[in-house]
Amino acid sequence: MSAPDYDPKQVSLLDAAQLTAARDAGLAAFANATSLDLLALARTAHLGGSAHIALANREIGVLPPAAKGDAGKRVNEVRKALELAFEQRRAVLELERDARVLVEERVDVSLVPGTVLQGARHPLTTIQERIADVFVAMGWEVAEGPEVEHEWFNFDALNMPADHPAREMQDTLWLAPEGSQVVLRTQTSPVQIRSLLARGLPCYVIAPGRVFRNDALDATHSPVFGQVEGLCVDEGITMAHLRGTLEAYVAAMFGTHLASRLRPSYFPFTEPSAELDITCFACLGAGECRVCSSEGWIEVGGCGMVNPAVLVACGVDPERYSGFAFGMGLDRTLMFRHGITDIRDLYEGDQRFTRAFGTEA
Amino acid sequence: MRVPLSWLRTFVPDLTAPASEVATALIRAGLEVEQVLQYGHDVTGVVVGRVLDVEVLEGFKKPIRFCHVDVGARVHEVVCGATNVAPGDLVPFALPGASLPGGFAIATRQTYGRTSDGMICSEAELGLAESSPGILVLPQGSALGVDVVALLGLRDEVLDIAVTPDRGYTLSVRGVAREVGTAFGIDFDDPGLRAHASAGGGYPVVLPDQGCDHYVACTLTGFDPTAPSPAWLKRRLVLAGMRPISLAVDVTNHVMLELGQPLHAFDLATLRGPVVVRRARGGERLTTLDGQDRRLHPDDLLITDDSGALALAGVMGGARTEISEVTTSLLLESAHFEASTVTRTARRHRLPSEASKRFERGVDTDLAAAAASAAVALLVELGGAVPGPTTDVDQRPSRDQLRLPAGRPGQVAGRAYDPAVVRKRLVDVGCTVSAHGDSDGVLLVTPPGWRPDLTGAAELVEEVIRLEGYDTVPVALPSAPAGRGLTEPQRRRRTASRSLAASGLVEVVTPPFVAESLLETLGYSHLAAPRLLNPLSETEALLRPSLVPGLLTALLRNVGRGLTDVALFETGSVFRGSGTPVAVVPKTSQRPTEEELDGLDAALPAQPRYVGVVMAGRRAGRAVEVGDAVEICLALAASLGLTLTVGRTQEAPLHPGRAAALMLQDTPVGTAGELHPRVVAALGLPARTLVAEVDLDALVLAATARGPVGAPVVSSYPPSSVDVALVVDDAVLAGDVERSLRAGAGELLEALALFDVFTGPQVGPGRRSLAYALRFRAPDRTLTDGEVLAARDAAVTRAGVDHGAVLRGA
Repeated sequence: MSAPDYDPKQVSLLDAAQLTAARDAGLAAFANATSLDLLALARTAHLGGSAHIALANREIGVLPPAAKGDAGKRVNEVRKALELAFEQRRAVLELERDARVLVEERVDVSLVPGTVLQGARHPLTTIQERIADVFVAMGWEVAEGPEVEHEWFNFDALNMPADHPAREMQDTLWLAPEGSQVVLRTQTSPVQIRSLLARGLPCYVIAPGRVFRNDALDATHSPVFGQVEGLCVDEGITMAHLRGTLEAYVAAMFGTHLASRLRPSYFPFTEPSAELDITCFACLGAGECRVCSSEGWIEVGGCGMVNPAVLVACGVDPERYSGFAFGMGLDRTLMFRHGITDIRDLYEGDQRFTRAFGTEA
Repeated sequence: MRVPLSWLRTFVPDLTAPASEVATALIRAGLEVEQVLQYGHDVTGVVVGRVLDVEVLEGFKKPIRFCHVDVGARVHEVVCGATNVAPGDLVPFALPGASLPGGFAIATRQTYGRTSDGMICSEAELGLAESSPGILVLPQGSALGVDVVALLGLRDEVLDIAVTPDRGYTLSVRGVAREVGTAFGIDFDDPGLRAHASAGGGYPVVLPDQGCDHYVACTLTGFDPTAPSPAWLKRRLVLAGMRPISLAVDVTNHVMLELGQPLHAFDLATLRGPVVVRRARGGERLTTLDGQDRRLHPDDLLITDDSGALALAGVMGGARTEISEVTTSLLLESAHFEASTVTRTARRHRLPSEASKRFERGVDTDLAAAAASAAVALLVELGGAVPGPTTDVDQRPSRDQLRLPAGRPGQVAGRAYDPAVVRKRLVDVGCTVSAHGDSDGVLLVTPPGWRPDLTGAAELVEEVIRLEGYDTVPVALPSAPAGRGLTEPQRRRRTASRSLAASGLVEVVTPPFVAESLLETLGYSHLAAPRLLNPLSETEALLRPSLVPGLLTALLRNVGRGLTDVALFETGSVFRGSGTPVAVVPKTSQRPTEEELDGLDAALPAQPRYVGVVMAGRRAGRAVEVGDAVEICLALAASLGLTLTVGRTQEAPLHPGRAAALMLQDTPVGTAGELHPRVVAALGLPARTLVAEVDLDALVLAATARGPVGAPVVSSYPPSSVDVALVVDDAVLAGDVERSLRAGAGELLEALALFDVFTGPQVGPGRRSLAYALRFRAPDRTLTDGEVLAARDAAVTRAGVDHGAVLRGA
């Protein structure tokens, strides 16, 4: 063994016994640290810049090359042992802290902050969109017209000249003064006229909207109500197409379990004309029913083949083109769909009523 | 129209089906049978009895009689309150245990100190009349003990039919019988086609006006004005819903109900000179049968004589020539009047009558003579009248033949009909059908006089399809061309509606009628709300020029029902101003010109779509405040890709310090704010009620004009954040400061947020500090500190120039 050529006092830091003692002191300090704060202090003491292990490490540099490897190895072993012990202790203490702090941070998760209640759209709005979507899917388009309408669109062009008794069938609200020629539209049918005039042919349009009658508000009548107009004018359109389209409508709105029938009726703007009835949803046609007066059927709207006079008024050649039209009551449809018993609920604006329909899509 | 089944059967004697089946068959044929009324089915135990003796009981408030009544099997004692009970009379006697209409049960009882073992019945008690002065006396000759229900034909069923304007002929038993005959395939004997007496030498009649093209007038003399209407006649009228009045009137009503021809009987003695049917002259007046003195309109068609107006043609007779209880000679009128003339007169004088109801829908043009004959026969038989000569002035135009290609009904229905079926169905409805000589497969069709609605091939087609049954039409779907889906504005309006609901608002649909006083309270008088000519309620005679009144009404209803936190919205048209009526309404015989269409639209008021919002109470755990209403509007615009700017406004009905003007670019598109305290107080609204209103059409138009979104450049270079606190006069809007900061900072500014508002002595009185966090980023490089500071300084400088803002602490 060669003689040492360095200062024994200084290198005592690298002495094996001293290193072992430093290691054991550190291990004990880490093990005894009861909090992360104390552990941090212990780390500074035993792994920090002025800890024994750090000072010892600094001494390695001054060792003769032959001694460096051995000393470095010993110092590293100690440091690794201390670091491992520290990390293990820290993990334990952090788990403890987390467990305690997260418990302390517990809150009442059922207390939701400052509630803005869910809003809702009106069922008359959503059903109009629903109907529009059904027909748009069949290639139809959605047409519109004004609610305050000229009598020419609301009556004349629909084959209801001034003295026609059919004008009396609808209690019309007129705008002042006398002779204004302007009405609150009594039906969505004027949109038929506007569509034929503006769109050209072929014409497949659906027009949901509001209509108005001079009717007092009660459980089953409203002066304002929703209607959806349908118009199809093309070459070769027949009443069979009307039936098929209405069956698609009934299936989409009411489901496929209800039967429908066409009952002859009268509208000046269709010829032939019919009322569309569906099986009473309440008694399913069994009779003895308050909803349908035991008739087994419920009327949901009027329809028919477009009267040639209407086509002529719109400049459409009735020899070449034919078509059908229908107008369905949206309020009644809603009443059937949802079991609404009083039509006033639709128009009084009670937010409890509408909110229930917020989930209708 | 109410049609007793017993009456109906006189023309379709082979009809055996029960009323319910008849109703179903008629519904299938297009007659709206609204209900089947049952009569007499609840009357039992009423028999014919003879009054044996009558004892008047004294000492009571009203005359009371005690009688013995022999019903064959035994003699009953009975107390009777009527005064017309006489020994020897035959009367309807309700036995103990009998049941009268409405389930009224008869039992033996003690009354007025005697035993009453049954009841002598009046017409009213048997359901034969609404009221009756005394008991019903039956004709002599009836056997004692016979069931009165059977004897009088009390038991009947009545079809109640709502008649559509095209089916005037079903306002008669005859017309309904035709449909029944067709529906059941049984013989129908049309009483309207029966032969009638020939005319000549009667009362002079002149028809100078096109409004009357046929007038049959029969004179009758020796009529017994005291002759009563027989029970069967009264019974029919009552079941048909009319009140029996006197024999002459009852007969005319009976013929009208049976055949569909309104008739009128004049007291012949009151007529002066020839009957002239002409329009009213200026200033002419007429007192009608209802006692009303009416000023006549030059368009009113009148029956006149030398003395002036006698009757409103086809609507109502006059009081002066009315038949009375001493009338012995009559002039019976059976005429055809123009539908539109009668419609206008009835409407003008607000005088709908059984006659006008029929003329409006068109009375059978071939019926006048047959109906006159039928009425004369009844007046002769029942009233002892002697028929005089008959006048028949006939100026009817010839009826057009219609051309119907035999294949047309099949083309319309989408199925084939045998040509023989087409022809048969047209004959069923009363048409005369022949083949066109030159044109193969074309039918020449002459509609019957009672079907003025059959004016072309389309109407004939409907008759064929209807009678063959709509249920025999096949089912097919048309193949529409490829559609374009919803338009962009339609899609955007859906988005707007969803945005409002997502903001926690509940949609309402309110009626558009509004009271003028409410508009005045709200300060909306300048909006020129259109007025209704015939409003539902005089107090709500205007159309809404704003959604706010309806929303406030809905709010009050919610509050009245105990809800305190209310947040509502409505989207819909508002109505403002008025248009100009067109001088001439376009014809419908061809497409209107573009000028004509523009004219029609110019007659309408403006009716833009708006969004309205109203809020009261609490929201998000605190009382609602102006910012909530503003924020909802900003969110609405944002859902459409639009940014609104917020300014101040003084507009009614808002609180002048808490009202926001909402601008798109520099155009006002709405307002949001707290209601003026005076308005809140006047309407009894919750304190601090908020309203907002936005022009939805304007937003949707702007959103649609933007076109497709251009993709943003998403920079991956690091951001630089800087905070600035600016002190401004507290009248300066934070929104304005923000806009200036954005403008000054330029393109490098990525985001800006207000994070603190501070007032206090440190910033001085009347001033406040607004602290903003600014985030800068460049798309292509990491910004240098110098660039960031330069941008920040530019922003602050701009705010300083625009609003006098100074950096806090500077």
